[in-house]
Order: sequence, then structure tokens, then C-alpha cells
Amino acid sequence: MSEIVRIENLHKSFDKLDVLKGIDLSVSAGETIVLLGSSGSGKSTMLRCVNFMEVPSDGRIYLHGDLIGSEQNGRMNYRESELCTLRTRIGMVFQHFNLFPHMTVEQNVMEGQLTVLKRSQTEARDKARAQLERVGLADKALEYPARLSGGQKQRVAIARALAMDPDVMLFDEVTSALDPELVGEVLKTMRQLAEEGMTMLVVTHELGFAYHVANRVLFLSDGAILEQGEPQQVLKAPKTKRMREFLDGHSLFKLPD
Amino acid sequence: MNHSWDFATIFQNWPVLWVGLKGTLFIFLVTVVLGLAGGLVVGVCRYAKSQALKWPAMAFVEVFRNTPVLVQIIWFYYAFPILTGIEVNPFLAAVLGISLNTMAFSAEIYRAGIQSVEPGQWEAGKAIGMTYNQTLRRIILPVAIKRVLPALTNRGIEVFKMSTLASVVAYVETLNQAKLIADLNFNPIEAYTAVAVIFFVVLYPVVQGTYVLERILRKSD
Repeated sequence: MSEIVRIENLHKSFDKLDVLKGIDLSVSAGETIVLLGSSGSGKSTMLRCVNFMEVPSDGRIYLHGDLIGSEQNGRMNYRESELCTLRTRIGMVFQHFNLFPHMTVEQNVMEGQLTVLKRSQTEARDKARAQLERVGLADKALEYPARLSGGQKQRVAIARALAMDPDVMLFDEVTSALDPELVGEVLKTMRQLAEEGMTMLVVTHELGFAYHVANRVLFLSDGAILEQGEPQQVLKAPKTKRMREFLDGHSLFKLPD
Repeated sequence: MNHSWDFATIFQNWPVLWVGLKGTLFIFLVTVVLGLAGGLVVGVCRYAKSQALKWPAMAFVEVFRNTPVLVQIIWFYYAFPILTGIEVNPFLAAVLGISLNTMAFSAEIYRAGIQSVEPGQWEAGKAIGMTYNQTLRRIILPVAIKRVLPALTNRGIEVFKMSTLASVVAYVETLNQAKLIADLNFNPIEAYTAVAVIFFVVLYPVVQGTYVLERILRKSD
């Protein structure tokens, strides 16, 4: 399988705080990778470094084998225009949806296509309709975001990212702000994407999703990857004490079988 | 307290007041457009990351917010020509004073509006590949301006009343014309009462309109 993203020795610090302490990862086409970890483990920061929402302090990131940025005197330099182009190829969905409130659902999905990709109105509208169809919200095209449920908003946000035809999708705790009964519809949409062959990096606390959908699970602790492997192995037979504690914390109050 | 009101001379001189009202409306239109549009530019600069934009904008706001408009108008009319050799007529002096002050105040309104937009909106724009300017123009400003519209209309009403300050340099507007009538007919009480009534009659419906506008805007949220 061809490699889409490669991360080498990724470091990120905020002032004096080292959040990421050297992460290496290779993501193949069609793979779904779930990042697990406690809050503060660096999983969201890692995700945000992949599309340069945060600029790494050190390390290299490659997309399709091409190094992002250029090296000068041992330091990486990034041009804003290069990063903007990169972000069109890496979709991102946020915890709090961040839909544009003054635009209809359809306009939300068209915005990046028109402003950034310079597609025509007709092309952008057709594409928007197709993506809304894909996430099951074709009938909401002309509504404003304020009229949608949280789950619907998040599916619109997914459609907005998909409309850019990204090579990879990043999901940053996309179900954490949802009512429990709305989590399912969003996870279902994500599973469908994974099955269609989308390459995905997912930060989540939904262990069930990780177990059933991921090809690979990474467990981050203290800014480094502590364990990784197939979900059946990592989630059922963790090697480290830290990972066992994390999993125990998640299943403290499970319903009896 | 035995003044007997006599508005007959006011009605006889209505054409004189009408000329003044047209002058008021004209200078209002010019200053409100310059002030609110220029304020948007200053407000955006005030929020900019670039220090070369931020500091001049900040200095501008502080200078014109903390000096009286009346003094500015007088200064532009009497002091500016002597210092620079550039001729300034009453209209220009009044326009400069009122619109620069309005720019400074509305810049702060726009800036507050921009700051009130959730950081997530900037992130969402950035994540689909938009530049800072694209996100500002397409996402942040439309949301921000909608939020501060009541404050901006308030500014507009303020500007309308501020236009009377132009009379200090004898620009032909309502108050200036009333002064003319009062001097010729010895009826300052009626003349200045008439000015107040004219302003009220023009502004009251406008203010009611802004309430309706606010209600409509709130509904679409």
C-alpha cells in the first residue's frame, strides 16, 4: 500500500512545555488509525500538527513523499501559501463543529470550494449536494446550522471537509460535544467513510469505534507513542500498565453482559 | 416666565431652514459613510497581527477618541491652513472633524465585534485552506458586523446630531440657519426650538426603524 503521510521525529512545545517528544508514524492509503490517550497526552496536538494548525517545533512531515516546508540552517521553514495548499488536501473536523453560522448548510460546504479551490458555482453546488447526500443530509441543504441537531451539524462539518477532495481526514474528538444519543449517527458516517477507503486519523474516546473500525490503534502517553498495533491486540491485550489503567478507567461502569 | 410663543416668523422663513436641513442631510451622509467605512479599515488594522498596522491604528483611535470633535473642527478650519498652507473650507473642516472621530469610535466597535467571534471560526476557515484575509473577509466580518449592527446604528444617530457642530465654522446646516433667523427676527427661543423639533421629527422614525431591524436580526440567529 502506498504511503500518504509520514511523520518523523515530531516535537511540539508550547513555551517551556514539551507536549510532543518525538513521534514517528507512517500512514498508508485507506488506513484508519485511532489515537487514544488521556487528556494532556498530546493526541490532539499531534493531529493538529499534521495539517499545521500547530506548526511543529521540530521534525518533518511528508505528504505523498514530499517534505512539507524547506530546511534552512537546520531549521524548518514554512511558507503560509504552502500550508494553505496543504490544508486543502488534509480535511479536518473539530469537536465543536465550527460551522459558519451566517451561511446555509450548502453554502458551508461550498465555501472552501469557491474561495480556495476556485471552482465554479455550479460545480461547487453539485459537489456540495453529493457530499451532503453521502452524509445523509441532502434534505437539509438550505437550512441554517442553528436549526440542526449536534449530530447533523457534525455531519455537515464532515461534508464540508470532504468537498475539498482531501487525501486524508483528521477527526479531533468529533463526538465529545454531542449528546450520547447523537454519537451513533456521526460514528456511523465515519465508519462508512473508512469502508469507502478514506485515509483517516481519528482522536476519540470511543473504544468501540476503535475496536471495530480502526486498522491500527496508537496509545499516546506523555507526548510519545507507548503502544501501537491492531485494535484486537492493543485493546484486548495491552502490554503496558499505563495502557491497562487507561482501558480500566473507560470500562469502570459498564453494563453487565 | 411670560414668553408668548410666536412661530409665525419661523414658518415664514421655512425655506431658510429647508436649505439648512438639506445641508445637514448632506454632511451627515458624507460623514457617516466615511466614518463607518473608514472605521472598518482602522478596526481591522487594530486587530491585525502586523505591528506596522496595529500601532498606527491604535494611535489614531486614541488621538481622535480623546479630543473633542468641536475642537477638531475649529482646529482644521483655523490652525491647519496656517500650518500647512492648504485652504480648508467650512464643509471640509467639519467633515474631517466628524468623520475622523466617527472612524475612531466605530473602529472600536468593529474590533469588539471581531473579537466576539469564536476562535473556532478562524480555525474552520484555516482548516479548509483559507488565508487569514479570506477568513476575515468571508467568515469573520459578516458575523462580526451583524453582531455590532445595533451599536453601529447608534453611532449613525450620534453622527446625525454631531452635524450641528459644523455651524461653528458657519457651514450652512440647520442650526446655522436657525441662528440666521434668530438674528434677523429676534426670536431665538422659537428658532432653536424649531431646530430641536426638526431633529426629533427626522430621527424618531429612524430610531424606531433600528428597533425593528434589531428584532429581525435576532430572529435569524
